[in-house]
Amino acid sequence: MSDWLGHHHDRGKSVIYRMPAGLKLGIGLVIIVGCVVAPPHWPPWWFAGSAVVLGGAVLASRLPVWFLVKRLLLLSPFVFGIVLVNGFQPASRLDWRMLVVRSFLCLLTVILVSNTTPFSQILRVLQTMRVPSMLITTLALMFRYLFVLVDESERMRRARASRSFTGRRRAYWQTQATVISQLFVRASARAERIYDAMRARGWE
Amino acid sequence: MHIPDGFIDARTAAVTASLSVAGVGLALRQAKRKLPPRRVPLLGLSAAFVFAAQMLNFPVVGGTSGHLMGSALVVALLGPASAVVVMTTVLIVQCFLFADGGVTALGANVFNMALLGSAGACLPYALLTRWLPGVRGRITAVAFAGWFSVVLASVGCAGQLAWSGTVSWSAAFTTMVSIHMLIGVGEGLISALVLLAIERTRPELVTGQTVGEPADWKQWGAWALFVAMGLALFVAPFACPWPDGLESVAGKLGFEHYAVGNALPAPLSDYEMPGIHWAVGATAVAGVVGTVVVLVLSWVLGRILVPAAGAVAAGGNGEVNDV
Repeated sequence: MSDWLGHHHDRGKSVIYRMPAGLKLGIGLVIIVGCVVAPPHWPPWWFAGSAVVLGGAVLASRLPVWFLVKRLLLLSPFVFGIVLVNGFQPASRLDWRMLVVRSFLCLLTVILVSNTTPFSQILRVLQTMRVPSMLITTLALMFRYLFVLVDESERMRRARASRSFTGRRRAYWQTQATVISQLFVRASARAERIYDAMRARGWE
Repeated sequence: MHIPDGFIDARTAAVTASLSVAGVGLALRQAKRKLPPRRVPLLGLSAAFVFAAQMLNFPVVGGTSGHLMGSALVVALLGPASAVVVMTTVLIVQCFLFADGGVTALGANVFNMALLGSAGACLPYALLTRWLPGVRGRITAVAFAGWFSVVLASVGCAGQLAWSGTVSWSAAFTTMVSIHMLIGVGEGLISALVLLAIERTRPELVTGQTVGEPADWKQWGAWALFVAMGLALFVAPFACPWPDGLESVAGKLGFEHYAVGNALPAPLSDYEMPGIHWAVGATAVAGVVGTVVVLVLSWVLGRILVPAAGAVAAGGNGEVNDV
């Protein structure tokens, strides 16, 4: 499960990793917005240019190519679904090849940026953009406890599996629901403790 | 239902982004005013909880599996404003960290799943819990609100895809909504089971007074209005004459043949598929019938899961022990 959650932070080694986060986010945003806004009858130089920039970034980032391919394929079902639906449409709507090129370029951009930028730096950029502090606090806490809770749910699932036989479908639903409910109970207990700890350190 | 980049055009992205900024801003202000400071960390933890819960799969028919979206459950646990903040956080992290949902489509995704999903769930939840008090009422309400929020979000998604011209309204509406009317049944069932399990182990977490904001009808009404306006904006252009407005005009003026300018021939065109316009109407009718059926089913589910009033108060322990 944590296989696809994992990020490849090759700390400090690549040039891309050391670039300021604001610059990376800015360039990424320009590429994505450019790909989305570009009308289909444009000459394809924009897409080709973005592809060259991204290709260079892939090489400079030293991310394993296989990791990028896996991530791209994992995120593509929606793309394929829409292309399929589009196939059953009158041809007037949109060129599906254009759609695939666009969405793949954008996906690659986000995957690259997110795998070469620590989340805390992204949060700092958001902070300078005057995003409300409540949202920043929530984002920071979510990111901190995201992997903790995912691990916890995995532990509960394993504990449950080691104690009982795999039940029928109905029992399975019950079990999963109980795991989720326990996850919430534990999350809220943890939130209480975090609040006390934050107060003790002089928050607000 | 996460829309990737490139599927909605600049206009739709701009409109949904500004609607989402307005809605999330409103939610943040409400949460700040209503939520005691003690509960602020709970928002972040609940977001992490929703993310982790979305990774647990449920077996559905024939080897496929679905998972929780969670907005109705969070509405029941935390109240609408906090739920909007929590779902928005989940979507932002999914977008920037895991590339799940596009950056330019973030506004649309927040609008569908955080605003339509949470705020859309809060009105039926509030009405049903008022109509049916007690544990049974809350279970019934969350089951129905879960279904309703998923269907509403899919209607929003279909509207935006059609607005952008990625997929025609008839195809988007019929496929998205009919699939999500089925997925929503799962969502309602999971939400009900989870809420019941929390009710049994830690009832004080659900009663509303302790965790979230107390129900405030003016506030909830404002959310309902926001949702209705947003939905009307995306859906109304298509909904008025059932056949796609543009297509029927094109048909009348007789220039529909000019529209076919694509290099690749489509396997089926609108005119080879006469059922498609009929299908939009049928989906809409099915939606209305489905609403009634799901409402009845939720009521039955509430009666099955909560056998008699008071039985739950004595309730057993959760099935999962500490590890």
